[in-house]
Amino acid sequence: MAASSLFEKVWRAHEVLPESADTPAVLYIDLHLVHEVTSPQAFSALRSLELPVRRPDRTLATMDHSTPTTSDQVFGRVPIRVDAAAKQVRQLEQNAAEFGVELFALQDARRGIVHVISPELGASRPGMTIVCGDSHTSTHGAFGALAFGIGSTEVGHVLATQCLLQRKPKTFAINVEGRLPAGVTAKDLILAIIGRIGVSGGTGHVFEYRGSGVRALCMEERMTVCNMSIEAGARAGMIAPDQITFDYLEGRPRAPAGRDWDAAVERWTLLESDAGAAFDRSVDIDACAVEPMITYGTNPGMVVPITAAIPDSAGDAVAEKALGYMGFHGGEAMLGKPVNTVFIGSCTNGRLTDLQAAATVLKGRKVAAGVHLLIVPGSQQVKRDAEAAGLADIFKTAGADWRESGCSMCLGMNGDTVAAGQYSLSTSNRNFEGRQGAGARTLLASPLTAAASAVRGQITDPREML
Amino acid sequence: MQPLRMVRSKTVVLPLTNVDTDQIIPARFLTTTTREGLGRQLFSDWRYRADGTPNADFVLNRPEAKGCEVLVAGRNFGCGSSREHAPWALLDYGIRAVISTEIADIFRGNALKNGLLPVTVDENIAAWLLAHPGAAVTVDLETASLSLPTGVSVGFQIDAFARHCLLHGIDQLGYLRGKLPEIERYEAMHTGF
Repeated sequence: MAASSLFEKVWRAHEVLPESADTPAVLYIDLHLVHEVTSPQAFSALRSLELPVRRPDRTLATMDHSTPTTSDQVFGRVPIRVDAAAKQVRQLEQNAAEFGVELFALQDARRGIVHVISPELGASRPGMTIVCGDSHTSTHGAFGALAFGIGSTEVGHVLATQCLLQRKPKTFAINVEGRLPAGVTAKDLILAIIGRIGVSGGTGHVFEYRGSGVRALCMEERMTVCNMSIEAGARAGMIAPDQITFDYLEGRPRAPAGRDWDAAVERWTLLESDAGAAFDRSVDIDACAVEPMITYGTNPGMVVPITAAIPDSAGDAVAEKALGYMGFHGGEAMLGKPVNTVFIGSCTNGRLTDLQAAATVLKGRKVAAGVHLLIVPGSQQVKRDAEAAGLADIFKTAGADWRESGCSMCLGMNGDTVAAGQYSLSTSNRNFEGRQGAGARTLLASPLTAAASAVRGQITDPREML
Repeated sequence: MQPLRMVRSKTVVLPLTNVDTDQIIPARFLTTTTREGLGRQLFSDWRYRADGTPNADFVLNRPEAKGCEVLVAGRNFGCGSSREHAPWALLDYGIRAVISTEIADIFRGNALKNGLLPVTVDENIAAWLLAHPGAAVTVDLETASLSLPTGVSVGFQIDAFARHCLLHGIDQLGYLRGKLPEIERYEAMHTGF
């Protein structure tokens, strides 16, 4: 058999029926993650067709997008402030109960952002197909799974059949060699990749991140990289599993154990792309040359090294519109620009290592006067771990606002928003117009850059503070 | 689903690249639990001023845009989130086809499942369309072609299966459920990773 890529191996193993010129493949889905925002319409569709959820054992629901992050709302001491969000939360509770789907509800100790909790549980594993009605499902590709976001109609298809109709995407190798320098993180790496290939450079493709620069990353860093594959237009990004993957998974609640574990590792080891596997496209990235990155415009591809100046829009009307929205001009330095809000969290950067990175900068320092630093752990488990490790104390002493887990200010559905015209330095994944609130101006960067900028009240190179 | 064969309409032109789903329908409107009524919030932050009044400068608010069912936009339309609320909002507003040089993957899939036609064209055709707002065009799904008022007609790529389903009003879930015997057979044999 011809040499196969990781993607091809996982795809082939899940073909119930292969594609033909006239029909898409029927692709089997091993794990379906469900949240409150994109599922109500899918459950309604099942109800109207009188269909059950076919494999509740392969379905896991949580609530994250519209949930509150203040303890008094989460634990019911006061009502959820956003009425429509409260309704969505109740709707998911009702749907999960009616259809027999496992739900980590608002007060569950296992709740959190869907892309944080599934890896944490050991539910996201190598070689699986994983889908969710959320584009950042690409995160789970860090385990060597084929994981991608779907719309609500497809959520209904998976609930009803455990399968999806899919055309086979093309493959795109992102070869990263070398090690990231000190002060440069996985977030900077993926921002540099997006800057290089553009926000639609990956359309129609699945990325495989390869090379020594990827092998050197820990699992949480790999998740950050895979998470933002969609920001380059790729539905999925994958990394072949290795000992780092196995060490992360071993002993987690839903990972195989005992003899099953040994057998699983043996299978997972075979997933790596064969030598000579062909990719439709490829790009080479030198990790040693990556610097702390920051966005200056209104999509993640509008990104520069933090020490660079804003590129001139050169008469490009779209670039001018973006700079106008941001209140920036071509040629200005990014360093030193004021920030009003700093958000550390999200499915991109809301894990323990992200909080540890922020804490290295915030320890013994204070948030600048007038700056709101909001730190939202990716899950209740991350919250407990951060509290046990003393990180929460460091944050609170520095003057940060420390919350319960959720998507929060990444997309501002729950009322955690940035006011119009304000600058938000955010560790999330999208700097689209209005993403964090109508008129809000978002700058994407790493947790290190976020923490350093919160301390100085202006865009700051974190390497100056390490 | 109703069979769909053709969309004939004047175009409304949004001359921007990378129009993301957060612009099409901002996240704060995703707290709905139904598919209906999202048209009012389509392009909300561009269509309305902060005080809620319509922004007269925005293309959809101009008198000539009224009733247009074909939206022409710059490259990479629909990038960003997987929210199906984006095609729901466009359809609810009255848009039935979107033309661009490139349409993001998830948006395209969501659009096709709801009867919103994603039409990708080359740079030349796109440049002509962007320069001629209000052009009367025909999107013919039967022949997978786009006709301009100049008499030029070009083919466009559309997944054969999605096209077949739209033309005949076939529900894809019904088709997929028809494969349940194969799915069960797969499950019996498949041990998984």
